[in-house]
Amino acid sequence: MNLGQAVIEALESLYSNKLRSILTILGIIIGVGAVIAMLAVGEGAQSTITGSISGIGTNLLFVYSGNMSNSDVRNVKPITMEDADALLDQYQAPSVEAIAPMVSGSLEVTAGGEKKVSTINGVTPDYQSVRNAELKEGTFITEENILGRASVAVVGVDVATALFDRTDGLIGESIRINGQPFRIIGVLKSKGGSSFGSQDNVVLIPLTTAQARLFNKTSDDIDMLLVQATSSETVNSASDEIANILRLRHRTKIGLDDFTIFSQQDFVSTAKTITGVFTIFLGGIAAISLLVGGIGIMNIMLVSVTERTREIGLRKALGARKRDILIQFLTESSLLSLLGGIIGIGLGWLISFIVGKIAAASGSPFNPLITFNSILLATLFSTAVGLFFGLYPANRAANLEPVEALRYE
Amino acid sequence: MGEYPVIQTSNLKKIYKMGDVEVHALDGVSFKVYKGEVVSIMGPSGSGKSTLMNLLGCLDRPTSGRYVLDGEEVSLLDDDQLADIRNRKVGFVFQSFNLLTRQTALANVELPMRYAGLVEDRKERAKKALESVGLGDRIFHRPTELSGGQQQRVAVARALVNNPAILMADEPTGNLDSKAGKEIMELLLKLNRDRGTTLIIVTHDPNIAAQTQRVIRLRDGLIEEAVK
Repeated sequence: MNLGQAVIEALESLYSNKLRSILTILGIIIGVGAVIAMLAVGEGAQSTITGSISGIGTNLLFVYSGNMSNSDVRNVKPITMEDADALLDQYQAPSVEAIAPMVSGSLEVTAGGEKKVSTINGVTPDYQSVRNAELKEGTFITEENILGRASVAVVGVDVATALFDRTDGLIGESIRINGQPFRIIGVLKSKGGSSFGSQDNVVLIPLTTAQARLFNKTSDDIDMLLVQATSSETVNSASDEIANILRLRHRTKIGLDDFTIFSQQDFVSTAKTITGVFTIFLGGIAAISLLVGGIGIMNIMLVSVTERTREIGLRKALGARKRDILIQFLTESSLLSLLGGIIGIGLGWLISFIVGKIAAASGSPFNPLITFNSILLATLFSTAVGLFFGLYPANRAANLEPVEALRYE
Repeated sequence: MGEYPVIQTSNLKKIYKMGDVEVHALDGVSFKVYKGEVVSIMGPSGSGKSTLMNLLGCLDRPTSGRYVLDGEEVSLLDDDQLADIRNRKVGFVFQSFNLLTRQTALANVELPMRYAGLVEDRKERAKKALESVGLGDRIFHRPTELSGGQQQRVAVARALVNNPAILMADEPTGNLDSKAGKEIMELLLKLNRDRGTTLIIVTHDPNIAAQTQRVIRLRDGLIEEAVK
């Protein structure tokens, strides 16, 4: 018997037991649908998070004081403005393009009775190019603002919306941060992204103003340096150069750095690892339901073998070899799971579509991604489930003694 | 017909073990059936009739003894080789027809040829076989749409389609009314006359046995007498 005939016969047999076949397939549909949807949600989360990290800027390094991975480090020296200036040395650090020192904190912003807790970043003019911060309107913080400790602010769209219910025509409006008045000189374009809280819920003010009037720091005291490397290839050498300069300046012992350098790629790969584990976890739970579906197939195939004992005996009497019977039953179980797999892919797509809609409606837009790999995986896996769980019943059928089988009532 | 022995058995034994007790279902049976003969096998239940039929039909292997079917020694073959012999050399007609109810008459008759690996003119041959049993106008009917006699005719067509050396019929009229039964017997005998098919009929019914050329009577696993 060739495969084509086997498939047609198997379809006829499945069709003659419609309800039973549908119920069996349903187990696989739910399993495959769950796997597809969960993988899609995982992949979607990954691409949203890595996308929003990339949106922070390009070729970025984050330098801050302290070393969380080594508890032997003592007497941590803070990162200072002098450190920042030293890193701009063209000869010692040729891979460094620009440096944006910043201080940061979460404070309450108010205007006309409205209030919102936002991230307040004290920044220098370089921040704009390092972070790709584009303006919707107005101007960015200037060198004079820094020197004069001016009370000016550039606000993100979330802040603008929360306080003024609009995102344009805001130049000259005043807001209060921690009770202190600031004049708006610019509005940032939306960056989107939601994984670290909105990148749009931010207020930028001059670094010196932030140090002196909001965070009670000296003009030397900096929370973090944003360093932009000259290109994506030089990120690693920039990191080495920064480390060497800071080790010299802080006189640290070898292996006991009192600072941490983290690159954007590190963030991306960390996020990928986390979302990868998350995806595997979700997919694994979904795979259990696929397994249950497989057991359903096995169950129904065993019933079918018992019911059709006489038929198997007859086929053997007419000259069917073990292999013919084996193929017949394996074809049926594989078809069950393959059909379930195909419909399950549709269901999975539907579920991820709905998840995407719900996410969009609840204000954190995120697109579940159905990749070719996950479809391939689900199809292969479901067929394998059918083959695996069909093997035992089919083998049982193939090994029936023709005499016994023909006598079976 | 010539004197070519299609079936040759010598000292055929089948012993079943039921726990510690050995049951000698067949206790040394030797006989020959020549090509073109019509032979009936009779005997009370428990006489070893079914066991003999299973052995002759290559559905089972003897415990000892030799069985040569159409020039091939079959007592030592493995399962798949036996399946092949059944496919090529034996046609079965069962008391309860044993048709695949989901399939048309044509597909039922095609089945042995499928297992033989035949692809070409399969439909044509199946159609001819159905015509030869008088069902040329019913080839696309399913068994549930046919009468008992018609179903048994489909089974006969299926048994004949691979041109087997022997046709084994196990109580072929047992589930039929007397008129349909008579027609089936006439059909079988006609096939014997026209095609020279060797017929072996297992039956309780003395009327059926009377229509055959020779009766092999079994009692307690032995041949009682062979009347020619």
